[in-house]
Amino acid sequence: MKRFTLSFGLMVALAMVFSACAPAATPTAAPATPVPAATTAPTSVPTATPTSTPAPQTLTVFAAASLTGAFGDIGKAFEAAHPGVTVKFSFAGSQALRTQIEQGAPADVFASADHKNMDPLVTENLVATGADQDFATNLLIVILPPKNPANIQTLQDLAKPGLKLIFEDPSVPAGNYTRQILTSLSKDPTYGADFSTKVLANVVSNETDVKQVVAKVDQGEGDAGIVYVTDALAAPDLKTISIPANYNVIAHYPITALEKAPNPDLAATFVAYVLSADGQAVMKKWGFSPANP
Amino acid sequence: MNQSPGWVFVLPSLVLIGLIGLPLIALVWRSAGRDFFTYVLSESAFSALKLSLVTSTISVGLALLTGTPLAYILVHSKFPGRTLVDLLVDVPVVLPPSVAGIALLMAFGRAGIFGAWLNALGITIPFTTAAVVIAQTFVSAPFLVRSARIGFAAIDPQQQEAARMEGANEWQVFRYIMLPLAGRALLTGIIMTWTRALGEFGATILFAGNLEGKTQTMPLAIYIGFEVDIKIALVLSVMLLAVSLVFLALLRRLEEPD
Repeated sequence: MKRFTLSFGLMVALAMVFSACAPAATPTAAPATPVPAATTAPTSVPTATPTSTPAPQTLTVFAAASLTGAFGDIGKAFEAAHPGVTVKFSFAGSQALRTQIEQGAPADVFASADHKNMDPLVTENLVATGADQDFATNLLIVILPPKNPANIQTLQDLAKPGLKLIFEDPSVPAGNYTRQILTSLSKDPTYGADFSTKVLANVVSNETDVKQVVAKVDQGEGDAGIVYVTDALAAPDLKTISIPANYNVIAHYPITALEKAPNPDLAATFVAYVLSADGQAVMKKWGFSPANP
Repeated sequence: MNQSPGWVFVLPSLVLIGLIGLPLIALVWRSAGRDFFTYVLSESAFSALKLSLVTSTISVGLALLTGTPLAYILVHSKFPGRTLVDLLVDVPVVLPPSVAGIALLMAFGRAGIFGAWLNALGITIPFTTAAVVIAQTFVSAPFLVRSARIGFAAIDPQQQEAARMEGANEWQVFRYIMLPLAGRALLTGIIMTWTRALGEFGATILFAGNLEGKTQTMPLAIYIGFEVDIKIALVLSVMLLAVSLVFLALLRRLEEPD
């Protein structure tokens, strides 16, 4: 009995070693298996039978974490405009979503926070050449906890030794943009050539998506972070320091229906909706700028 | 006695064996290649491995120093709330690691209930290597307590009585009678705790963050690697698998009767 208990405990422990990464590897991705009939069902309701309800369809949208608020709204509006359609979102770092798509995740639409995570999908024939279109742009901004415990007032202050900065991992679009901004700031004598090095020395964590940075800075666990302007708008109690336009990076967000989309027609309809005046109005409400100003 | 078990038993068994075995084979298969050792010897793999080994060793040490006395008390003393303590120590075993991470942040985070006091004293825990150790100890120490408790409970009380009759004090009974007799159970507990600490992911990424060389342990490096370069994730996974198999083999040896 004793040996059994011990062996069982070990199995639990070992199972955890191998499962440890698994739940997080697909953090929010729980795409419902699309109803098989949905792929063949027409997307429009036959007008001859006005009383019949349309076949239920589920659209799976993989979207950058920074789109959480805006796409949540767009999803609701899209569902209202298309009875019988349920939109399921998986929000995560664009790099995580790209990897999941490459590994065969059954997504219909992919909206990325950069082209770096879209272009490989074109090469891999998961997105048709020229299919992705920019639908929004964003800028970056420094966020501080509501109480600003480190008393950060200017961008220069980010280089003060001993700060706890929480950034995104360089593989995350926002993390990549953050480092680009630091590099261009370092070329300005006002900041000094070692500005980027000093700031990066203060980084205590490289998070896996932009919302993790917002949450941890909002909790006061970090002294500052760099996220999208839209993330800062969505968390109004955060303090911010803007980054001058000549150093800021304009993040272009591409969207596309995927080649292996289980619901290709509905996916195209959703993409068109995001690009439509209605969709763009929602994006604007959440602080995004249009792709072609 | 030794007749074949029949398909009713064999078929379901094969399903489970396949479910567990095939992914592991696939992992090793996909990681194999000419560049395997380039990745094994890469700096980020090495720093993640080093950090994992150092932090899990410290966590096991902490679990041993605090968990062994606790297990001893739980077996040998009757006190009010004992059942509650017993239950409490088992909670991390069933708790999802992400819940553990949030709980640790709420308690020991810079803005946490106790973390705020510590912060006033100039001590910050989150996003440090200490936070990694705390997260690992939180999730893994219960395995040591469980194992040690089983070990202590299995000892014949007459042996302690005999020692006391000879004039041994409580510490001597513990040191010279209980510890050696429970040695094997303790070793089992150490290995289980170690394995669990090595695999810790969810609580670590929430409470300690992700910084190479400081808080990026093997499981975090695997998670990040998966999104950056799948090859490095595969190689790190195989390294972790190898370490775990060694622990498993050791444990099997321990569980064999003399």
